Amino acid sequence: MCGIVGLFLKSPALEPQLGAMLADMLEVMTGRGPDSAGFAVYGAGDPGRLKLTLRGGDLTMIAQALGDVASAEVRDTHMVLSVPRQDEERVRAWLAANRPDVVVTGAGQRIELYKEVGLPAQVARRFGLDSMSGTHGIGHTRMATESAVTTDGAHPFSTGQDQCLVHNGSLSNHRSLRRMLEPQGIRFATDNDSEVAAGYLTWKMREGASLAQALEASLDDLDGFFTFVVGTESGFAVLRDPISCKPAVMAETDDYVAFGSEYRALAGLPGIEGARVFEPEPARVYAWERH
Amino acid sequence: MAVVDLARTSRRELNRALHDLPADTNETLWRVENPAGQHALAAGLNAPVTVEIAGHAGYYCGGMNQRATIVVEGNAGVGVAENMMSGKVHVRGDASQSAGATAHGGLLVIDGNASARCGISMKGVDIVVKGSIGPMSAFMAQSGKLVVLGDAGDALGNSIYEARLYVRGAVKSLGADCIEKELRDEHRAELRGLLDAAGIGDEVSVDQFRRYGSARTLYNFHVDNAAAY
Repeated sequence: MCGIVGLFLKSPALEPQLGAMLADMLEVMTGRGPDSAGFAVYGAGDPGRLKLTLRGGDLTMIAQALGDVASAEVRDTHMVLSVPRQDEERVRAWLAANRPDVVVTGAGQRIELYKEVGLPAQVARRFGLDSMSGTHGIGHTRMATESAVTTDGAHPFSTGQDQCLVHNGSLSNHRSLRRMLEPQGIRFATDNDSEVAAGYLTWKMREGASLAQALEASLDDLDGFFTFVVGTESGFAVLRDPISCKPAVMAETDDYVAFGSEYRALAGLPGIEGARVFEPEPARVYAWERH
Repeated sequence: MAVVDLARTSRRELNRALHDLPADTNETLWRVENPAGQHALAAGLNAPVTVEIAGHAGYYCGGMNQRATIVVEGNAGVGVAENMMSGKVHVRGDASQSAGATAHGGLLVIDGNASARCGISMKGVDIVVKGSIGPMSAFMAQSGKLVVLGDAGDALGNSIYEARLYVRGAVKSLGADCIEKELRDEHRAELRGLLDAAGIGDEVSVDQFRRYGSARTLYNFHVDNAAAY
């Protein structure tokens, strides 16, 4: 069991509240996943700069060492490093050489990605989710069934710039998919099956597919149980496996599209009383794009 | 009327109060406010009372119900009225998966749509869905009746035993051992009775429905199939 939440804002007026709304949704899903939690928020971004979310100890030392190129914001065990695009390789090389212990959890123009072991409310509080603003965000509460309770095993997973995925379910052909994807240059940081699903979508989109097309293709290539919620720089999408093994409910208003594993997660959203509440159909891609 | 506000009272307290009602209680009308999708609301009742849930319910609402009437004014989550024995559960909105699962008796009415596996393993319940139902509905249905005014998804009635299925709209596909059957007068009468019980008037004619049920070819072991085991 796991809990998934997602929020895609149509109304800019709600953007300052995105984090607070997402934090409440995440906390309600504690019963579905008390082991660990994570979330990705698509906030402000500059086309000329890249945001790298890093996880590890003594992060201020990195900020100081890279101070000539990067600006940094530390949040508990994570730090968002903003670097000019042209310095990306240099910064990554420096990290690999000097701080191989540090994990890059996400990278992109706008994505920030945080995950930790612990109760969802504590995780959200440690990172200050409730004060974050953004256009869309995705969160996950984990109840580990297939692998250990570690930060590495927590979602979301990001395998491409400004892309992330959360998953409720389990994939049975992730080993063979991984063997297919690695020679294509898709890199994986963990042994987790959900990361392979993220990598699959990254590969499809790199080959020219839209987010919706990539998910459509995954119905043929992924074997197992899944409810996915996926974010890109401008997009937000939902897909359930063909027998809808895992729960999902959505709400749409003029102001937002919201996803929850259960309706409870959506119950506190503004204007939920008037929302169109529906259950996404199995094997059907639901996708929204910002214009 | 007893009013319980779940913003202030716990769901456990609500259910305990409902469970403690004697069969001859005078407190026959209950209203539950701010349900906020909580699970197991009004589950396990065994008294002839009416419980109105003023909003959306979570999982297993009205589960194991006996004798009570439970009205969900919004949507219901997974397993509404699962294992109901008698009484009535009425969902004014949509129902999630496995509505009426394994239920032995009573009447489940859903004004909106029901998603996948509606009536899975039903054992005698009557289910009337005014909208459409999702895939794999009435899977291994054993007894009872399922009436659908809208459409049915893939694999309707897969491995069905003796339940009777009446669908007015399109059936995307039939599951293994489920076939269309003749709608005879006895079925028209039965169907009319179910529509009446669900508050559906003569504007819906029984002749708009088609009947589905078991081909009864999966009932017995055939030695010819031995290699498949």
